[in-house]
Amino acid sequence: MQLDEFFVTGEPLIYAGMVSIALVSAAILFILTYFKKWGWLWREWLTTVDHKKIGVMYILSALAMLFRGGADALMMRTQLAFPNMNFLNAQHYDEIFTTHGTVMIIFMAMPFLIGLMNVVVPLQIGARDVAFPYLNALSFWSFLFGAMLFNISFVIGGSPDAGWTSYTPLAGAAMSPGPGQNFYLMGLQLSGIGTLATGINFMVTILKMRAPGMKMFQMPIFTWSTLITSFIIVFAFPILTVALALMTLDRVFGAQFFTLTGEGMPMMWANLFWMWGHPEVYIVILPAFGIFSEVIATFARKQLFGYKAMVWAIILIAGLSFLVWVHHFFTMGAGAFVNSVFSISTMLIAVPTGVKIFNWLGTLYKSRINNTVAMMWSLAFIPSFVIGGVTGVMLGMASADYQFHNSYFLVAHFHYVLIAGTVFACFSGLVFWYPKMFGHKLNERLGKWSFWFFVIGFHVCFFPQYFAGLDGMPRRVFTIIPEWMPLNIISSVGAFGMGIGFAIFVFTVVYSYRYSEREKTGDSWDDGRTLEWATPTPVPFYNFATVPHINSMDAYVKLKEEGKTTFDEDKLEPIHMPSNTGQPFIMMAFLFVASFGVVFEWMWMAIAGLIAGVVMMVIRSFDYDEGFHVEIDEIKRTERSTRGL
Amino acid sequence: MKSMKQFFKRGLILLPLSLVLFLSGCSQMAVFDPKGPVAQTQSDLIIYSIILMLFIVVVVFVPFGYFVYKYRDTNPNRKESDYEPHMHGNTMIEIVWTIIPFVIVVALSIPTVNTLFELEKPPESTDSATEDTEEEPLVVHATAADWKWFFSYPEEDIETVNYLHIPTDRPIEFKLSSADSMAAMWIPQLGGQKYNMAGMENTLYLQADEEGVYDGRNSNFNGEGFTKHTFEVYAESEEDYDAWVEETQNEAPELSQEEYDELLEPGLTTEAEYSSTHLEWVDHGTNDGRDYAVNRHYDLYGELMHLYSDHEAEDFMDEENEEDHESH
Repeated sequence: MQLDEFFVTGEPLIYAGMVSIALVSAAILFILTYFKKWGWLWREWLTTVDHKKIGVMYILSALAMLFRGGADALMMRTQLAFPNMNFLNAQHYDEIFTTHGTVMIIFMAMPFLIGLMNVVVPLQIGARDVAFPYLNALSFWSFLFGAMLFNISFVIGGSPDAGWTSYTPLAGAAMSPGPGQNFYLMGLQLSGIGTLATGINFMVTILKMRAPGMKMFQMPIFTWSTLITSFIIVFAFPILTVALALMTLDRVFGAQFFTLTGEGMPMMWANLFWMWGHPEVYIVILPAFGIFSEVIATFARKQLFGYKAMVWAIILIAGLSFLVWVHHFFTMGAGAFVNSVFSISTMLIAVPTGVKIFNWLGTLYKSRINNTVAMMWSLAFIPSFVIGGVTGVMLGMASADYQFHNSYFLVAHFHYVLIAGTVFACFSGLVFWYPKMFGHKLNERLGKWSFWFFVIGFHVCFFPQYFAGLDGMPRRVFTIIPEWMPLNIISSVGAFGMGIGFAIFVFTVVYSYRYSEREKTGDSWDDGRTLEWATPTPVPFYNFATVPHINSMDAYVKLKEEGKTTFDEDKLEPIHMPSNTGQPFIMMAFLFVASFGVVFEWMWMAIAGLIAGVVMMVIRSFDYDEGFHVEIDEIKRTERSTRGL
Repeated sequence: MKSMKQFFKRGLILLPLSLVLFLSGCSQMAVFDPKGPVAQTQSDLIIYSIILMLFIVVVVFVPFGYFVYKYRDTNPNRKESDYEPHMHGNTMIEIVWTIIPFVIVVALSIPTVNTLFELEKPPESTDSATEDTEEEPLVVHATAADWKWFFSYPEEDIETVNYLHIPTDRPIEFKLSSADSMAAMWIPQLGGQKYNMAGMENTLYLQADEEGVYDGRNSNFNGEGFTKHTFEVYAESEEDYDAWVEETQNEAPELSQEEYDELLEPGLTTEAEYSSTHLEWVDHGTNDGRDYAVNRHYDLYGELMHLYSDHEAEDFMDEENEEDHESH
């Protein structure tokens, strides 16, 4: 292979990308060396098994991916607003919408939520870490290396261009030759390992490591949604793993699972993809529901309305999520009966979702709403998500879907649920738990500016797309007819509004780091209801000096009433904690090398990387490190200084 | 901050209002401008669902706006009784708001299922004059290939590329398949889409009641030429249609297998017509025909056209023709 085949050449935008990657990398290397931070990076971050730090790394990576996916989106919107400017050609546009979708779902939405789960869930249930801290670090590094593998595709080898759904036969070796599609397969495969492990990890953590006395129906609602999400992950991700493996066999080793030749079944891919893909969208929406419930209850200063109904609604939605995958291809011609069944199961999801919406309204009734930025994101979610939800029901009507399918009506719908649901929740949750993570709040004034730019931009961007779709505009076209121009220009203006909102948000982070007042108490918003607010800020690495006995919902409200804390000096005992380890990082680095080898079909590299990865697993198997104990004196010292005693 | 809140409130009121305004302009949108019974049925169903959905939007937005306004902490008119922090639920009202969405789902399911079964049969004409003389559907094989459309009329023994003629007031029975990647044939003003898949055959009934030229396209992404994967539907009176068929049968050349294979090469082509069909040697909708195109052009699918938005399909044809001349 020649060097000019290895690197993507001939595109000015990509040259600019290469230059900026080189500059940023050089700057990072320089800063780390100049300030002698290499040891700090290795000791504090690369080898950590602390769920809070892993959560922070997840969130930072997800924000970087939000930037990348957002840049993709703005390029698409620029092309569609000025189709005659020849900003992007068809091929480039195809690559961009493919990476936009994949990055946003797999490398932005999921890691962002998993990051928040990592930070918050152990704290909410009174645990000192997750059940398997080593595995947790492994999950993160598998995600990050998977994301890196996927992201280097645009400068090395070429990006995938068959859509984030990668339908066969288009995505097969015949119609998409070259490494591009392999990047998709291996990037998702590598990060999928971590997601599956996270599912298992949180399932066990929540089932086995709750504070003494805390019953299932006393768990905070975000913990509940995490538990159910973990179940969905564990049931859904193996389907993706298998489907990706089969397509990899097709493309790299000449198998015929999804090909047109040799009696392959191309449509089986669509089925497998959506049998994972539909539960996947609930993996990114259920934790979001959990976050909104926490934020709304906290800032309405009121108990969550209909807690039990909320929990059952989540469980019901999770169950239904496995029974609706056919609605992604009603038009495949499965017949009226099959379509009727899946139509009805799809629309039934509206019932538990409706119950949740009404329960949030019930929580607002007779409340005392504190309009903080976190609360504003949660409040904006309700009306926005309802628009996305009702149009989702319309799409669920199979006979009408024949007109909506593959059109901008669909594009508008899923952005209305994914942005108003997941992205609003990510912002809401990040702003809400930010003081717990970083020891200071985000500036509220700037936060409101970024909120309004983003939310108004969002509606301006996506509301017109419903009408473009009804006028027959299909998704994934890179140029449009004059009739669709006005709607598309409005849409692009909105998209840049969202871009400005995001930029202000990033500025808020930097500004607040410098100027925000440092937190003095653990209960940053004064109205904390759940155990994470019972810990001091900054949270000691062992989380709880003493774990209180829980006997009600909203555990911290009760603790405050009784005047108790999580630092009961009489009950102190040495705390057992896991040791840091660099193994997960190294193991996943080897698997990254192996995956890179598969992408370019360099088998020597793939085999070498795989062997090195297996060696790391063997080393892990003979690892007898039992962790260490935090002595009582050290706990006392830490607690007294963080609590200002 | 105050102006922001007012803006928010006003926005909330404006949102459903703008929906109504948009809907009043519906007739200009393709899906709401049906030209045949199938599209008409779907348009009616969609409008029915929008009305129910607007009801839900109002039911949520009104209390939402009211609560956010009334129960804000900074409301100067707050009363003691406006705050009940320990309210945990109300079984009665929770049952009510579970039943309401359920009833709406039932109200949507019944017409949806009815329509689904209806769409599997040839449509009944909306024109009362022709009701007594129910005509047999006209069979047209619509075959997608990267990135062009073949329309084969087996009974008339003619084939067109990238356009088709249909008679009005007569159901068309489209036999959908694809030579290579998956496509979806969609003519919004005549009705919804179905997939074209290699090795499989889908049946889609459509019908035009009004004469005119309608845009049709592949709506399912299938590679670089996807955006230009379009065709035009000429719906005309029975007499005009018959005349066109006769003219094509008499004047158009026959389609040879060699020429067809060349047409199947991935790329864009112009409109064309032939006085025979490719069904004589391959039907891509059967299991035997599924790998016909891929076996012949396996290495060509990866080649890029470098398609820019200001390029017309004709440009690509010209380039290809020139290359052909050079190579001879």
